[in-house]
Amino acid sequence: MRKLLFAAAALLALAAPAAAEDKLKVGFIYVGPIGDFGWSYQHEQGRLAMMKALGDKVDSTYLEKVPEGPDAERAIEQLARSGHKLIFTTSFGFMDATVKVAKKYPNLMFEHATGYKREKNLATYSGRFYEGRYIQGVIAAKMSKSGVMGYIASVPIPEVISGINATMIGAQTVNPNIKVKIIWVGEWFNPGKEADAAKALIDQGADVIMQHTDSAAAVETAAKRGIPAFGQDSDMIKFGPKTQLTAIIDNWGPYYTERAKLALDGKWTSTDTWGGLGSKMVVMAPYTNMPDDVKNLAEDTEAQIASGKLHPFKCPVVAQDGSTVECKGGTHLDDGQILGMNYYVKGVDDKVPGK
Amino acid sequence: MQWLDLTYLQAIILSVIVASTPLLLAASGELVVERAGVLNLGVEGMMIMGAVCAFAGAELTGSTLVGTAAGILAGVAMAAIFALLTLGLAVNQVATGLALTIFGLGLSGLIGAGFVGQRITPAPQLDLPVLTDLPFIGKILFGQDAFVYGSIVLVIGIWWFLYRTRPGLVLRAIGDNHGSAHALGYPVLSLRTGAVLFGGACAGLAGAYLSLAYTPFFIAGMTAGRGWIALALVVFASWRPARLVIGAYLFGGVTILQLHAQGAGLDIPPQLMTALPYLATIVVLVAISRTRGVAGSAAPASLGLAFVPDR
Repeated sequence: MRKLLFAAAALLALAAPAAAEDKLKVGFIYVGPIGDFGWSYQHEQGRLAMMKALGDKVDSTYLEKVPEGPDAERAIEQLARSGHKLIFTTSFGFMDATVKVAKKYPNLMFEHATGYKREKNLATYSGRFYEGRYIQGVIAAKMSKSGVMGYIASVPIPEVISGINATMIGAQTVNPNIKVKIIWVGEWFNPGKEADAAKALIDQGADVIMQHTDSAAAVETAAKRGIPAFGQDSDMIKFGPKTQLTAIIDNWGPYYTERAKLALDGKWTSTDTWGGLGSKMVVMAPYTNMPDDVKNLAEDTEAQIASGKLHPFKCPVVAQDGSTVECKGGTHLDDGQILGMNYYVKGVDDKVPGK
Repeated sequence: MQWLDLTYLQAIILSVIVASTPLLLAASGELVVERAGVLNLGVEGMMIMGAVCAFAGAELTGSTLVGTAAGILAGVAMAAIFALLTLGLAVNQVATGLALTIFGLGLSGLIGAGFVGQRITPAPQLDLPVLTDLPFIGKILFGQDAFVYGSIVLVIGIWWFLYRTRPGLVLRAIGDNHGSAHALGYPVLSLRTGAVLFGGACAGLAGAYLSLAYTPFFIAGMTAGRGWIALALVVFASWRPARLVIGAYLFGGVTILQLHAQGAGLDIPPQLMTALPYLATIVVLVAISRTRGVAGSAAPASLGLAFVPDR
């Protein structure tokens, strides 16, 4: 038995280098479990799409549930040492760890999602999710009879706040008097509490529910009450077959495929990608459970944003206190302003927690 | 004013009941365990295993009942590991309990990987003809699912067992002084094993409630710290079943009310509200230690101590 094992090990040892030489090894670091059906799940879908597209030209490994902090550095380094040439780290909190490891291994290629620190061998990428939020706002305002939208928010960081603002601006194009009720759950992921928040919003008169938390609980709860809702991160139509209007889907597959291809061809460079509807990094799930005119309006809005004709933060953007926000991007707010957004726009009748 | 609206009040109470039930289920099991002198910090792990196995059972057979049974069994199986280590081999209970939680969270993710994104029909609400249609109280008292009624029956049963039966008295005696109880000829280890398994069953049931009724799907880590709140709850209740009910509904109520307060535009920091159950537990702990001189410690005196019977 031992002999047999030894022989097998020797065979593997012989076979491995031959296979590894012509294949590009790609590594992925996920912050959550791939079973979260949200953020990490979508990155995993992206990895699978890349594997499918490039077939036997690439090999890939992923490490899931990697805590943000010192452990992350070890995990990234582990991938770097085990022959991975291209490594994607997929959470904001991995930023400093990725920078450190990237400096240590100048010959490898690194990519960090949602961050802003770049190196010669460290690129960044993220999705313009606020574009999808704007469309959701338009649909919500059309669908709401009470004129009150219910918004389940996670933690008050700029990405979430800009999402609320984009929703509001989109909704106001349909109904200038639209209101939004916001409940902060205080966590990204707590299905029970997300469901409770959805119930609370519905009980307080919101008749369309949207969320910036990670589970399908809100869509599911709204479906139970017959209230239309929007999915988050992935298509959650299964949880609300008669009530989900659409969902913002994080679509990483094409990006991962493209970057791996560039790496294979030796053309990879450090870039900063912030993809939206136009580059299909953000995709809308099919528009369902709404009248045709709303569907047409949604599709039209999507096309306009995708082509660049319409910008959700088109100037003038008026802040909650009535002041006009400085227009640094010419006709719309510039990316830095959106990435650092920490105030509500006019019409949001609430306070940013902790401000 | 919206707050005075009866249907709105009813809606809040209904949400509070749903949010409190898993806490009550898990905590009542842990209360019995701790009364027997064993500290099992693995509630979160047993609960999530209950959640995934219950979901798997219900998804594969289409029956909520089979799912619930699977959840309970999973909790018992996890508790059996704990019993084997801490009672059989007298391993440190705190370390074992923590390991059980970590193990459960990991294993449940593995088992649940194939069930991600699936949805089942939620556990039915047991509507009683006439009674459920009563205004206001009808839906609250007679429109719940079986888990809610089960949790109340469970706590009453535990109270009756602990304070009105001889085995209950022996169990409490073991928890307070296992040496003396052993000297009197009581089977310390087998009673403790029974208590630990019962605690596992309750945690498994609580997990089943999460994945079958609360939010009828499974996602890795969906217990989201409820096992820890249940542990805090036992201390908060100073190891008494009646206070446990009050505590569970208080903790559940705080969670729901802060969500409603936010929706209504009241300016309360959500972070503070999330921390409130733990703050309350600390306050109670301080209160208990202040009164210790008068009424004796509320905690079972042998809590967390390993017991190795001499010959």
